[in-house]
Amino acid sequence: MTRFILRRLLQSGIVLLGVTLVVFLLLQLVPGDPVRVALGTRFDPETYEALRSRAGLDQPLPVQYASYVGHALTGDLGVSFRSGRPVTEIVLERLPATLSLAITAVVFALLVAFPLGVLSALRSGSVFDHAARVFSQFGVSVPDFWMGIMGILLFAGVLGWLPPSGYVALTEDPVGWASHVVLPAVTVGLVTASILTRFIRSSVLEVLAEDYVRTAEAKGLPTRVVVVRHVLRNALIPVVTVVAVQLASLLGGVIVIEVLFAWPGVGRLTYDAVQARDYPVLQGAILLVAALFLLVNLLVDLLYARLDPRIRVR
Amino acid sequence: MTNETVLSVADLTVTIGTRRGAARAVAGVDWSVRAGQTLALVGESGSGKSMSVLAATGLAPRAARVTGDVRLLGTDLATLSAAGRRRMRGRHVGFVFQDPMTSLNPVLTVGRQIGEASEVHLGLTRRAARARAIEMLELVGIPSAAERVDAYPHQLSGGMRQRAVIAMALVCKPDLLIADEPTTALDVTTQAQIVELVADLQRRLGTAVVWISHDLGVVAGLADTVAVMYGGRIVEQGTVDAVFAEPAHPYTAALLAARPDPDANVTELVTIPGTPPSPLELPKGCAFWPRCSVRGDSRCERELPPLVPVAAGHQVRTFYPRQTGEDR
Repeated sequence: MTRFILRRLLQSGIVLLGVTLVVFLLLQLVPGDPVRVALGTRFDPETYEALRSRAGLDQPLPVQYASYVGHALTGDLGVSFRSGRPVTEIVLERLPATLSLAITAVVFALLVAFPLGVLSALRSGSVFDHAARVFSQFGVSVPDFWMGIMGILLFAGVLGWLPPSGYVALTEDPVGWASHVVLPAVTVGLVTASILTRFIRSSVLEVLAEDYVRTAEAKGLPTRVVVVRHVLRNALIPVVTVVAVQLASLLGGVIVIEVLFAWPGVGRLTYDAVQARDYPVLQGAILLVAALFLLVNLLVDLLYARLDPRIRVR
Repeated sequence: MTNETVLSVADLTVTIGTRRGAARAVAGVDWSVRAGQTLALVGESGSGKSMSVLAATGLAPRAARVTGDVRLLGTDLATLSAAGRRRMRGRHVGFVFQDPMTSLNPVLTVGRQIGEASEVHLGLTRRAARARAIEMLELVGIPSAAERVDAYPHQLSGGMRQRAVIAMALVCKPDLLIADEPTTALDVTTQAQIVELVADLQRRLGTAVVWISHDLGVVAGLADTVAVMYGGRIVEQGTVDAVFAEPAHPYTAALLAARPDPDANVTELVTIPGTPPSPLELPKGCAFWPRCSVRGDSRCERELPPLVPVAAGHQVRTFYPRQTGEDR
């Protein structure tokens, strides 16, 4: 098991290295000169050259890349062109906002999708099943920013129950955090819930047709035992992957929603960094997202080994 | 061992609603099995042999409509609720299905799967159920049962899995074992072992067995009575000796003739020309008529022959029963 984890960690490291290379090269293709943007109206040739050489941008590309990776290994992702603060710090301070939004959204999605998906599979073809289908069609086809705007208009504007936007840290004021997270989390979570509902339904339907479910029924087990022990235990294994992929993509930041709700997460940071051509911050944000993605995947693989004895590692 | 009837079905009909209309999978079937006896249901795929048993025990697919009189240990199953029928399964009827690769849950240990029916029906604790599972694994001849009890299905060979499935079916010491082609998915050597195991367990436990098969060789060595099914109906039934020695229905005779003889030096296997009728449009008359070698008159086409006795304990559904001693 330890060997498996070590091997996966090594693989993840290699993937991360690849990510840095791709991001580094892509940024070279982006038009616009970051130093010029950073200087703005204070431009004069001397400061320009000084800043360029301080940022190492006058070096050849391979040297730039090697120095970036070398520093990254020690946790130093450079400094922001715009604020001059360390990128590692900037990126990490955005993490709680993104994490709390993503996790709340996925929890909400699961709370909705699990009962909807399982029940519509167990009662496939019923009115309930059709209603669930309509719900998930709605969820995937209506754009999330529109749903977000409608949510703000209704719950913040008309009813005045919730704040329209903004962020309060969970550690400072849990109630304030909760009231601020509801709208963005539900907005994002509805899309995830729609996808998960369909997926859970088809996964459960597939398992229901398995021979071992008939065996369980032939044993005279109560329906509840057949469903929970024999159907769900198997049907939810692939669902874990889909939940993880959804979670990982939300951890990457939901740019539109974070901008709409003034939520200071990684998505918002990425957006601002692109606007300002703040390459070190952009690189740092992308690297963080990639690292989170790999981490979630590693956790899923470990969870899989727990859930499915057939792939348990020796 | 008493001579009491364990399971009997009378006028059992199963209609399955499909997109292309109602399919008559079983069209009025009567059979019964007594304690300690083995009834073999024989027929081609789609002849209704499995469906008649599944329907009788409440395991027919949701789309199926089942009518007829089914009595298990004297109880009319129609008078029971769905929950009542469920309590009969596992407790009084055990099932062994065709493919041991797919009929075991891959994420539960075999011990848990064997024991769970005894938890539900006999009120055993989980611990006692595990001990019972070890006993059952020993009973079906699995070596080092105390270790295998915690194995997952994928860690066992096909033959071992089918033994585990048999242990699972017998854990509550049911009165009836239903074996739905339990050897079809196994290799020949393993097949023989499984057949022997079931026969041995039957002798020791006095269980009645309904053995569903298309393998006449297995049936001949195992069954007391046999019912041959074709197109959702029984076309011939009787004691194994009578049916095998003197098949009266042209279909049974053709089936027996189609068995490859390992001693004869044949270059071509005997087959029955044509295909079985579709359950979507069963013919009005004899279902076998289009493929029949006797091919009687137009009466066969128009009129369904009744199931009539040809000898004591031997019935056949044809207007033209084969005579004793007639060449097959």
